[in-house]
Amino acid sequence: MALASTKFKDLDFFNQSLESGYKLLPFNFIKLDDSRYVITNIAGEYLVITKEDLYAVANKQLCPGSPVYNTLKSKHFIYDDDSSVALELLALKYRTKMAPLANFTGLHLFVTTLRCDHSCPYCQVSRQSEDKAAFDMTPEIADKAIDFTFQSPSNEIKIEFQGGESLLNFEMVKYVVEEATKRNQTENRDLQFVIATNLSPLTDGMLDFCLKYDILISTSLDGPEELHNGNRPRPGKDSYEKVMTGMQKVRELLGPDKLGALMTTTKDSLTQAKPIIDEYVEQGFSSIFLRPLSPYGFAIKTKSFDAYQTEEWLKFYKEGLDYIIELNKQGLYFIEDYTALILNKMLTPFGTTYVDLQSPSGMAISAIVFNYDGDIYASDESRMLAEMGEKRFRLGNLLQDTYEGVMLSDALLGPLEATITESMPMCNDCGFQNYCGSDPVYHYATQGDIIGNKAFSGFCKKNMTIMRHLIKLLEDDPEARDVLLSWVRV
Amino acid sequence: MLQLHTTKIECLTTSSEEAFIARLSENDQYPLPLRGKEIFLAPETHSGKLPDGFRAYFILRKNLDSVEANQDFPNVFIIPNDQHYLRDGDVIRFDPKRIKLHTLYRKNSQHNSLLVTERCNNYCLMCSQPPKDIDDSYIVQDLLVAIPLMRRETEEIGITGGEPTILGDDLIRILRALKNYLPSTSVHILSNGRNFANIDLARKVAGVKNHDLMIGIPLYADISNIHDYVVQADGAFDETIKGIMNLKRHGVKVEIRVVIHKQTYERLPQLAEFLARNLLFVDHVALMGLEMMGFTKANIDELWVDPIDYQPELVRAIDVLARYNMNVSIYNHQLCLLDKRLWPFNTKSISDWKNEYMPECEPCTLKEQCGGFFSSALFKYSDHIQPFSESEMPTKNAPQPTL
Ligand code: SF4
Ligand code: SF4
Repeated sequence: MALASTKFKDLDFFNQSLESGYKLLPFNFIKLDDSRYVITNIAGEYLVITKEDLYAVANKQLCPGSPVYNTLKSKHFIYDDDSSVALELLALKYRTKMAPLANFTGLHLFVTTLRCDHSCPYCQVSRQSEDKAAFDMTPEIADKAIDFTFQSPSNEIKIEFQGGESLLNFEMVKYVVEEATKRNQTENRDLQFVIATNLSPLTDGMLDFCLKYDILISTSLDGPEELHNGNRPRPGKDSYEKVMTGMQKVRELLGPDKLGALMTTTKDSLTQAKPIIDEYVEQGFSSIFLRPLSPYGFAIKTKSFDAYQTEEWLKFYKEGLDYIIELNKQGLYFIEDYTALILNKMLTPFGTTYVDLQSPSGMAISAIVFNYDGDIYASDESRMLAEMGEKRFRLGNLLQDTYEGVMLSDALLGPLEATITESMPMCNDCGFQNYCGSDPVYHYATQGDIIGNKAFSGFCKKNMTIMRHLIKLLEDDPEARDVLLSWVRV
Repeated sequence: MLQLHTTKIECLTTSSEEAFIARLSENDQYPLPLRGKEIFLAPETHSGKLPDGFRAYFILRKNLDSVEANQDFPNVFIIPNDQHYLRDGDVIRFDPKRIKLHTLYRKNSQHNSLLVTERCNNYCLMCSQPPKDIDDSYIVQDLLVAIPLMRRETEEIGITGGEPTILGDDLIRILRALKNYLPSTSVHILSNGRNFANIDLARKVAGVKNHDLMIGIPLYADISNIHDYVVQADGAFDETIKGIMNLKRHGVKVEIRVVIHKQTYERLPQLAEFLARNLLFVDHVALMGLEMMGFTKANIDELWVDPIDYQPELVRAIDVLARYNMNVSIYNHQLCLLDKRLWPFNTKSISDWKNEYMPECEPCTLKEQCGGFFSSALFKYSDHIQPFSESEMPTKNAPQPTL
């Protein structure tokens, strides 16, 4: 020590209070590999530490002021008598993470019709029918749905039109957009519209309307032509061609930023990760959402959704992610959306509004579905399940039930209470709990129970594997880390 | 370096005045009723008689020949040539008895800052303005007189100490004066933030509703005892963090200021992560080089690290902060010592009156872009100052913000 005068005290003087020992703050841990563990605090900060260090932390054997000690203290895994502000910071961070809950329902899905010109085998709901009256939303139901929507306290209201093929009932799309916009003149919310469509019924008139109301278009693109057409049969076997023509028109009239695409993963997709991604790259998209296989139909019939399928999908996902990281290294900024969602939960102070990665589940409180007939569902999957005869997640009907009645119904509150990850068996002490969520519909469909036994859960296996994989990439592969970090949005 | 204080003043006539605050005027046509409050500063072009009716008269020694210093006026003073920077509209404190002149405000400068007290509740190892435990409450009274004299269009006023919050309600009075007399002036307070742990003070400061108020608060480590050591005050870390949270709760803009030295550079990346995870809502982060003033000189062995040696830590810290989209700047650094990736973040930050370049800089082609040195750096600066030559101009390999 070479401090100028005795007026200054040396570092040891300020270390004294550390000697009284440290206390643990709440954290979870999970094995990363043979020698390392991931530990996560309640605000979702993680640290990878050796098994020995983890034991030392827990047994209060850490040496005060050592680098590990300081890192754990800085990241709020431990605290000592020298500083108690960690508690306030943790509370602030926890509240920030949970903020989406307070915002309440943002996404409102309007099923304008069940009619569709496609007959995709993975779709449980669409109808090949000319009978408009039987499967189209009526103005009366639309009015009620708009009312319901504006009862959400959320400042950000998104209305998304779904089908069947939503544009087959374009009159209703128009009606809802115009009425909701009118309504919003007094509500002053941040209101946004999205049309989910296969683009085949798209006309120039519809595009003019979209331009006028600044509407986003979300289409389905399953991959290269052969795969896409195989997945999505329609008379003329020209689904791919129709999408291409439609996307070109959207880009020209509304601009490329107004166009998004979603893929559905089928058994045929699983071997084609690269060609699917290439298709998205060629079409000028800057991201892709590698979605899991849908268990509906299959699961309901067999009452078990086997691990085998998850295994295969994970192979597909990893292959896809590797390839996407490679593309980024070559200079193309291209994101895998599910990965980005998880990375944002890991690496930022913010929570997500993505329904399946929330605690409790975001069903109805993040996104809610209004069916053509006025039935209200907790999610799109709930509607699929209902079409197959299982109405457990039907929350009510717009014609009969009030907002309060639906949002406070046992059909909703039950699953919400059950899907708080902090209290779900297995999840409660899982090291990834903070980054994860739940999917009551999935677990109900596959295990007959909305919580499910996570040891047999494809949902759990999927998330656990992805999270472990991502943390390993972040820790061990500096180049991949750079790419992954560039996907984090603050 | 400009001399903002001087005692080398000569009285040509008589004076019996107490210390006072006044504005300088170079206008010999100035309306008579206003002259009594101003000091006439004889401009270089002035010749002949001094105009009537001013409170006092300043003549720069080198201009003495052309001025007919009317012997019948009281309060005519010769000020030394190093006061050449004084201009019309500047505000000074003048003590004729002790012949002390102190420039409080320069109309044409972007770097006006008001020292509001010399008292402080920290005792930082590298304090450039070592605190004094004295009753200096007269300063507040002086400033309340000075502020209405400042140019209404002034862009920014800094408030420094000592620790301004020690003044309590007097600080609020100063802020109110700034808000009322300089309604479009940005106000930047340098505070250690500790007193804002009391939320009432944060509420009061916010309640003044100054135009564009920002409070610059130093945070030296993510670890409490290291920060406490640097500021030599046990418990300071917790109070500072609480202070920052309280200010943001009341919507006051906060800037985090980190001085980089031997005690702080090693954990700079960890501090950056701590800021990103815990205090993402702060409005600006400044990572700053050391100023060789005050205690720094005395504690040099505990503080000095050549900036060239902490570039890796600085790069990592900036990488984290920029990734989290935090508004971050590097202050008080010389371009030739900075990793090129950091150039986009470098800001010429040293106040004009204490900004210098070294003899090595003479041939440097990037002097214009470089922030240079504090004049105090003559005491000690890096051994690695390397002037840029034409051929090294980073045109093709212009630094990319690749972070
Ligand atoms: S579902 Fe699995 S991975 Fe997710 S929190 Fe629960 S136990 Fe962990
Ligand atoms: S040599 Fe050039 S870059 Fe280096 S300090 Fe001097 S002016 Fe700045």
